[in-house]
Amino acid sequence: MSSTNNFLLEAKGITKYFGTITALENVNLKVRAGECLGVVGDNGAGKSTLMKVLSGLYKPSAGSLHFQGKEEILESPRDSQNLGLEMVYQDLALAGNLPIGENIFLGREPTKNLGLLKLLDFKKIKELTDAHLGKLKINVKSADQKVEELSGGQRQAVAIARSTAFDAKVVIMDEPTAALAIKEVGKVLDLINSLKKTGVGVIVISHRMDDIFTVCDRVMALFQGTNFAEAELSKTSRDEVIGWIMGKK
Amino acid sequence: MIEEKNKKPESLYLKLMPYFEKYGILLLLLIMILVMHILQPDVFLSWRNVTNVFKQISWQSMLALGVFMVIVTAGIDLSVGSIMMLSLMILAIVAKAGAPWFIVVMTPLIAGFLCGLINGAGITFLRMPHPFIMTLGTLYIFRGTGNLISGGTPISGFTDEVRYLGHGRIDLTWLGLEKSQYLPVSLVLIAVVYFIFWVFMNHSRTGKWIYAIGGNPNAARASGINVNKILIIVYSLCGFLSGIGALILAGRADSGYPNAGLQSELDAIAACIIGGASFFGGRGTVLGVFAGVMIMGILRNGLNLMDVSSFWQQVLIGSIIVLAVYIDVLRRDLSTRK
Repeated sequence: MSSTNNFLLEAKGITKYFGTITALENVNLKVRAGECLGVVGDNGAGKSTLMKVLSGLYKPSAGSLHFQGKEEILESPRDSQNLGLEMVYQDLALAGNLPIGENIFLGREPTKNLGLLKLLDFKKIKELTDAHLGKLKINVKSADQKVEELSGGQRQAVAIARSTAFDAKVVIMDEPTAALAIKEVGKVLDLINSLKKTGVGVIVISHRMDDIFTVCDRVMALFQGTNFAEAELSKTSRDEVIGWIMGKK
Repeated sequence: MIEEKNKKPESLYLKLMPYFEKYGILLLLLIMILVMHILQPDVFLSWRNVTNVFKQISWQSMLALGVFMVIVTAGIDLSVGSIMMLSLMILAIVAKAGAPWFIVVMTPLIAGFLCGLINGAGITFLRMPHPFIMTLGTLYIFRGTGNLISGGTPISGFTDEVRYLGHGRIDLTWLGLEKSQYLPVSLVLIAVVYFIFWVFMNHSRTGKWIYAIGGNPNAARASGINVNKILIIVYSLCGFLSGIGALILAGRADSGYPNAGLQSELDAIAACIIGGASFFGGRGTVLGVFAGVMIMGILRNGLNLMDVSSFWQQVLIGSIIVLAVYIDVLRRDLSTRK
């Protein structure tokens, strides 16, 4: 774990209202390079809302986001992507009808110019995809395979591959192992560990203590939309973290 | 070794599957052409009849192409027939007012585009729960408007320039062919427009995003794609293509008439479905739509040649829709049972 105090991403005092409902109140979060932060909390504790604020999908009602020490205002997911902040959604956010490569580069497809026309560069998409999947040691038959033909673990791997294809600095993962068969969970956790080694800051939201205690360096708990507790992983235990989720210290 | 042997037929099957998925509909089209040729050996494949088929499908093929793009986004456009009628009426009025031909020719394209823009804006800004509702509304609104501005009566008589796309002939006598063996301009137009949209759907980012939206709109949104903007583009292009349809029809019919394009939205949807586009979005090809339009055109033409009543034509087209989709269901069963 990095020992500097330079946080890659810092959220300060995030508050989010939906009409009369307070989803988040004065929530703080920070993550360093090469560190994995686990975010736990019961259903409705505000985990997903917080992640959507971080990814630019929701605008916070109050509070600020700081990226590499600089305050940033995110208007859309595009803005957060441009900063190097990537999100892996719980529902995976992949288009099943498109091949792996086109999913990885969806919205940011490389193009080539043909006169005045800008056409998709399928050859480059395939090359970049093969190289990227190889780097992350993700095994699929071919980059041209449609995502709907993949297993749950492979899909998760493609989603993670997509999040890191563009020089990501922080990757946020919402329940990365929730929909997976047991033997696929290990592969995804390995993938997270190898991401950390490349200096990426990872935020993992999970219900599964096994996940948290395998890949995370620090864990924070949300309870009813507020910061409830936070600790280095070495200084806490599963039972304590489970207690936090239920609102007991 | 044993594993290798077991693997081989499956991999061949998997290799062929995508081709079948892509070109299976063309196979059906070829079979139909063959059957028609056997049934009507003297007439069906004659120059005159083939060009006739293309002239008959010319404006429908534009509507079908527009509706196809909409269906790929998992939407639907019920208003294309009315857009075409309204564009045609505007064209007729502008032509009667004595505007120069190049302005007359532009009017249906602009009118169609604007109608499509209204559909797209309604679906996105008014947050209609489903495009079905918005375009059902505009189906009535556009046709009503077309009747209001024309008084519900036909307006006939356009100049040759205006009629060129729908009625023009490209002389081929320089190839040593006879005078009657001309190429209809509308056939060339179909080829050009379909090629342009094939490139658009398969080789442009916007086209890829249209497929992505149909596959999973949330994925598209999360990828930073402006889904609403793309939807507005798609519905506007659909309206624009209906406008081209109006221009072709103006040439063919030499008249703007109140019943133009009545129920043709259903023909357009049928052609897409027969051509393999999925109502759930994200699936279908430009080539498939073309095949779907051709299948319907050839079926009508062939049945006319054989003097089959138009009532039977309705029954047969309906049956083909059900059959085509059922084949698709079976195919999907096979391809998922690995």
